[in-house]
Formats: sequence, structure tokens, C-alpha cells
Amino acid sequence: MKNFTSYLKKAFGITLVLIVLCGVVYPLVMTGAGQLLFKKQANGSMIEINGKKVGSELIGQEFEGEQYFQGRVSSVNYNVYSEKEKEDGTYTGPASGSYNYGSTTEELQTRVEKDMEAFQKKYENATGKELEGEVPADLLTASGSGLDPHISPASAKVQIPIVVANSGLSEEEVETIVEENTEHKFLGIFGEEKVNVLKCNIEIAEKMGVTLDE
Amino acid sequence: MLQIIITLAIYIALVIPVGNYMYHIATNRKTFADPVFNRIDRMMYKVCRIKGEGMTWKQYAISLLMTNAVMVFAGYFILRVQGILLANPNQIEGMEPTLSFNTIISFMTNTNLQHYAGESGLSYLSQMVVITFMMFTSAATGYAACMAFCRGITGNSKGVGNFYEDVIRITTRILLPFSIVIGILLIWQGVPQTLAGTATVETIEGRLQDIAMGPVAALESIKHLGTNGGGFFGANSSTPFENPTIISNLIELYSMMLLPGACVITFGKMAAERKKEKTGNAVAKIKRNVTCFGSQGRTIFAAMSILFLVGLTVCYLAEKSGNPLLAEAGLDQTVGNMEGKEVRFGVAQSALFTTTTTSFTTGTVNNMHDSLTPLGGMIPMLHMMLNCVFGGKGVGLMNMIMYVILAVFLCGLMIGRTPEYLNKKIEGKEMKLVAIVLIIHPLLILGFSALAVMTGAGQEGITNPGFHGLSQVLYEYASSAANNGSGFEGLADNTYFWNITTGLAMFFGRYIAMIAQLAIAGSFLAKRRVNETVGTLRTDNVLFVFILVFVVYIFAALTFFPALALGPIAEHLVLWMP
Repeated sequence: MKNFTSYLKKAFGITLVLIVLCGVVYPLVMTGAGQLLFKKQANGSMIEINGKKVGSELIGQEFEGEQYFQGRVSSVNYNVYSEKEKEDGTYTGPASGSYNYGSTTEELQTRVEKDMEAFQKKYENATGKELEGEVPADLLTASGSGLDPHISPASAKVQIPIVVANSGLSEEEVETIVEENTEHKFLGIFGEEKVNVLKCNIEIAEKMGVTLDE
Repeated sequence: MLQIIITLAIYIALVIPVGNYMYHIATNRKTFADPVFNRIDRMMYKVCRIKGEGMTWKQYAISLLMTNAVMVFAGYFILRVQGILLANPNQIEGMEPTLSFNTIISFMTNTNLQHYAGESGLSYLSQMVVITFMMFTSAATGYAACMAFCRGITGNSKGVGNFYEDVIRITTRILLPFSIVIGILLIWQGVPQTLAGTATVETIEGRLQDIAMGPVAALESIKHLGTNGGGFFGANSSTPFENPTIISNLIELYSMMLLPGACVITFGKMAAERKKEKTGNAVAKIKRNVTCFGSQGRTIFAAMSILFLVGLTVCYLAEKSGNPLLAEAGLDQTVGNMEGKEVRFGVAQSALFTTTTTSFTTGTVNNMHDSLTPLGGMIPMLHMMLNCVFGGKGVGLMNMIMYVILAVFLCGLMIGRTPEYLNKKIEGKEMKLVAIVLIIHPLLILGFSALAVMTGAGQEGITNPGFHGLSQVLYEYASSAANNGSGFEGLADNTYFWNITTGLAMFFGRYIAMIAQLAIAGSFLAKRRVNETVGTLRTDNVLFVFILVFVVYIFAALTFFPALALGPIAEHLVLWMP
């Protein structure tokens, strides 16, 4: 019994010491260091326009307006909501994740077919022509986090005619915007080419003269 | 493809110096950082009244269990009452009992299976004091057990070491300094580290967006370093705030691969040192050859690498070939299967991350495993079933040595000699313990899976129909028993049934194996050395690497093939040959 209490005492001691060290001191030191060294990143890499936060450059957003690029499919709507949706309980708070459909799950096919139809219609309405060729895989598949801020350059390209028609900007202007917001592979090897949707759309809004500073 | 190869090449360059550093710590040798750490450690020993006397394997096991038990109770209590404690800006309530049980077992056993979503289930205090704390201690526990095991099996010292001292030394000398550096790098890449609550912004279309944040970076670094894997957010490392760029992705990959690989090197050096001691100073020559791995370590590292590369290749090719059903719907599949993946990682880095997280049993995910192609999803499942392809912190090496002993034993039977490993005879007692370790794992996975598909409570959780449904169940228990923690997240698993059964799988999967392995170490330590003869089976050459790989695959095929055939393999056939 004496043995047992001695084990117990040591176990309590070490638990307490490690809780303080790893659970309190360590995260607080990290918070201090982060806030001191990388203030912007430590607070979520927010994009501010005229002193007002409109989003984070790392987190995607859902866009309804057809003059904007659309991002990837999100199972959580990018946590974007209207006042009304919050009041009536459609929006229940921030989340992340995906639909988790398996490759053979029927819902996956149904969802892609439905989105495909909607996209083709959107394209036709904007340009008066039928969409030729295939749609890039990333545009109509759901991202893992539901918050993916990027689309592939191919997915941006396929949308350019839609954006041009609905925004009144010229094709060159939109192409430049896409190009400027394309991020390249790290050292030319690692990762993928990608376009930041929110940054593109902010530039489109600015070019269209939408006032963002109320 | 090129980026995968280069990523792995850099890994090899990194793991060798780290393995060397860990060897110094495991054997209590001098390192450059001693002047600082000695002081910190001494202070902590004093507070906890640790004297540092050597322990027998039984004492070591009891201290390990008691310490973990106390931590479990402390953590459980905090989770239950988190609603009324400090640092709770998002006003999250206390956690439900079975979910708390599952969560606490999950984090104490280094599994990090999560049946809650971090955004809505945990206060910042719980994220720090329970989750981050347990990520450190469970990793330190696993590695301490491994060090004791190595000391026993290589038979250098009198006891297997002192558990308390090991845990503290690992925490202060390896985990904390590495975590701080990695954490700061992650913040630089864009991982938030703040105590402020969720931010709400107005979008350019005049709607609102909630952006969840918190002290993420501190958790993120130890989550990978300790092969824990439990995310701050529900979607884990696919969330941009946990893994914002390709650079952060590489950092996270390396942090989870580093220490399990280094463990093998540590073991190799300890085994080599034993040999040197025995034969005296005359063989200083050997020393040069063992500077990198040590010959016994090299065999194990090579076998693990082969298993890893085979899995990676299958997973990558399967993902790259995409989903024919979506191609039919007019979606271009040339880049591969993008459902559940992030654009910034693409198929290559996702496949690499998936194979790594399940081989090193971390359980963090940068894409959703439920949406992998059938064969792409089979590889992570298989590697958790093998549970020895590098494996989690420390325990992977111990599991691999179980297979080594099994391989030596089988070969011994074939050539009709008493099997030996590291100059110790392997006898009935050790083989019984090895059999326990090797059988408990499939028993937990297949037994619980059978229970789940037989009962209504289990079936309710399955969300995908047909063969994929069985894959969901198998994956969940494989992940629990292997202490991995990733999931086919479609499974509706926050129910009494799933919380309790997976909790039990994690608990037994961790502790039964660990105690049996410590017992083996103890029994090795007590044995007399036998001299090597011409007839001794060599365990440090290329032939043995292949024998080992073969034994692992045969064992897996015998136990798991029927289940895999009904799950992922059948789904693959349905998908490609309708």
C-alpha cells in the first residue's frame, strides 16, 4: 500500500508539472511570440479594405453574384450566411469539413450532375453559347475543408467568359486579374498552381466601382 | 511525382542527425544543449521528487499506467466542466460523458480520434490544458516505453531506465524545443495563434462570414511532432488555418516523419554499441560503419521503407486515375480524384500525406479519406492494420521488432535451430508475448467491426451504402486499434455505441501491446548472451529485409484480406468494371 501511494504521488506531481509546462506556459509563450513576430498571420491573415475586414486571404468565400468567380463546392457554405439565416437557424455556427461521399456513392454523382447543369446554364446565359469541352475536376468537387480559398488556373479560365459578360470588364482586364492572383509552385516543384478566388473578386469589385467602405 | 521523390530524399537527410541526437538522449550522453536543459530538468525532478533510480520492467509499466491514469482523470474532469472555466470566448458547454470518455482515451493513447468538432466542441482552455498537454505526454509516454524496450532488448544497462526521468527528458529536450521552432514557422506561414474568439466579417457582397481561430499553431506543431493527429478544427490539416500553404504542408509532413524514423536509428545505434562493448576496443573499425544507422537499425529502416513505398505508389496511382463515374458526368479527371482534396496540395501531396499519416500513425489528414478512391483508401487502412510501417512515436518500432522476432522464429523453424535475436535466445515465453501483441490488434479491429455490422446501433453510423459502408467501419476500428485517429469522417460516430467501442479499442490496442512489449524487453534483459555461430541467422543483411517484408505481408494477408476484399477491393471492382 505504501508502494501504491508513492506511485500515485509521483504520478500527480508529474501530471501537475507537465500541465503547467505544456498546457499553459507553452501555448502562452507561443501566443506571445506569434503576436510579436508575425502579427498579421497570427491573427488570421485578414484582408482589410478601408480599415474594414472583408475576409481572410487563406479562407475561401461563397459568392452569389455572377460577375464574380465561383470557388469550389463547400459542404459548409464557407461559413457565409445572411442575418436572416442566422435568425431562423439555418446557420448554426462555424464548421469545416466535406460531404465525405465515397467514390461509388450515388449522392456524389447526383451532386456533380446537378452542379454541372447549373454551371452550363450559367455559362449559356452569360455568353449565349454552349459550354465546350470538359469542366476541370476541382471546380465541381467539394474541398476537404469546405474553406478552400483556391481554384486551379484551368477552373479560372473556364469561368472568364462568364465573369466578363456579367461584370462589363474587358477580357484582358479579367485575365490580368487572374494572372496577378495566381500563386505558383514553391521552387517550381512543390504543390500546385492555384488562383485565389477572394482576391480576384475583390479586384473585380474595385474595378466595377462597388463601394466597400460603408 | 518528382515532388514526392524530392520530399522523401530531404527526409532521409533530416532523419539521420535527429536520430543521432535522440540516441544521445536515450543513452544519457552529453549533448550541446546540456547546460540549459540540465538545470530545467533538475528543477522538475526536485518538484516531483524523482530520484532517477533504475526500474525493472514491472515498475516501469506500473509507473507508466499510474501516470497515464492520473492524467486521464484530470483531463476528463476539465472536459466535463469546461463551460464554467476560463478562456472560453465562444461559450462552449461541458462535454457529454461518453464523448468525454472517448476523447480523453483517444488523446491519452496518442490516437486522437475525434468524435467532436473543435470549432464547436472545445473551449480554448480545453484545447490548451487538455489537448495540447496530452499531445505532449502521450507522445512522451510512447517514446519512453520504446526507450525502455530498446534498453531491455539490447541489454546494455541493468534496468530498463526510469520512467519519470525519461518522460521529462523527452519533453524538455525533444518535444518542447522542436515544437516551439516548428510552431513559429507555422505562424509565419499563416497558422493563427491568438486567444481572441471567432471573427465575423462582412463580405464584399454584404453577407457575413464567421472565421474560426484560436491558439492553433501551438497545437499544430506538437500534433505532428508527437504523431498525435487531432486537429484544432473539424477538418483537421485540410483546413487552411491548420495548413495554409505547401510549405506548411512540408513542415507538417517532416515533423510527423522525423521522430518515428529517428527511433529506428536510435535503436540501431544502441544495438551496435552493444556489439562494440562485447568485442572490446579492437573493433573501432565497426564504429565507422555504424555512424549512420547501425546494422540492425538499417535492416528495420529498409524494411519499413519498402512497405511505405509500395503503399505510396498504389495510393498515388489510384488517386491519379480519378473517378470514372465523374468523368461520365463531364468532369475532367486528368488531374485525378479531387473530391475531398484541396487545390493547393493537389493529388501528389495529398497521396503522400495520406500514406504518411497512416504509416506513421499520426492521423492528421490534409484531404478527406472517406472520399479517396477505393484502392487509395485501402492503403491507409492497410498501413494501420500493419501498424509497423515506421508507426507512431516509439510504438511502431516496437511493433516491427515483434515481426522481426516472428520472422527469426519462423526461419529458425525452417532451418531447425533455436532462434536468436541480438545474441539472445528466443524461447516459448517471448513467443507467447509476441503472439499476444500480434493477435490483439486484428482481434480488436475485426471483432469490433463484426459487432458493429451486426448491431443496429453500429449500423446507424454507416452513411455510405454498400461496400464503402463496410470500409467506413473497418477504417474506424483500424484507426482506433492502431492509435492513429484519422477517420472515414462520413461515419456518424458521436453516439454511445461508437464512443464506447472505439474507446475500448484504443485503450486495449495501446496498453496491452505496450505491457507485453515491456515484458519481452524484461525477459530479454534477464537472458544470458549466446555467441554467434555460423549457423546463426543474420538479421542485418538484405536477405533478412526481404524476409521481414514478406512476413509482414503474409501476416496481414492471412488476417485482413477477407475483410479488405469485401470492402475496398469489391468497391474498386464495382467502380471500374460495372
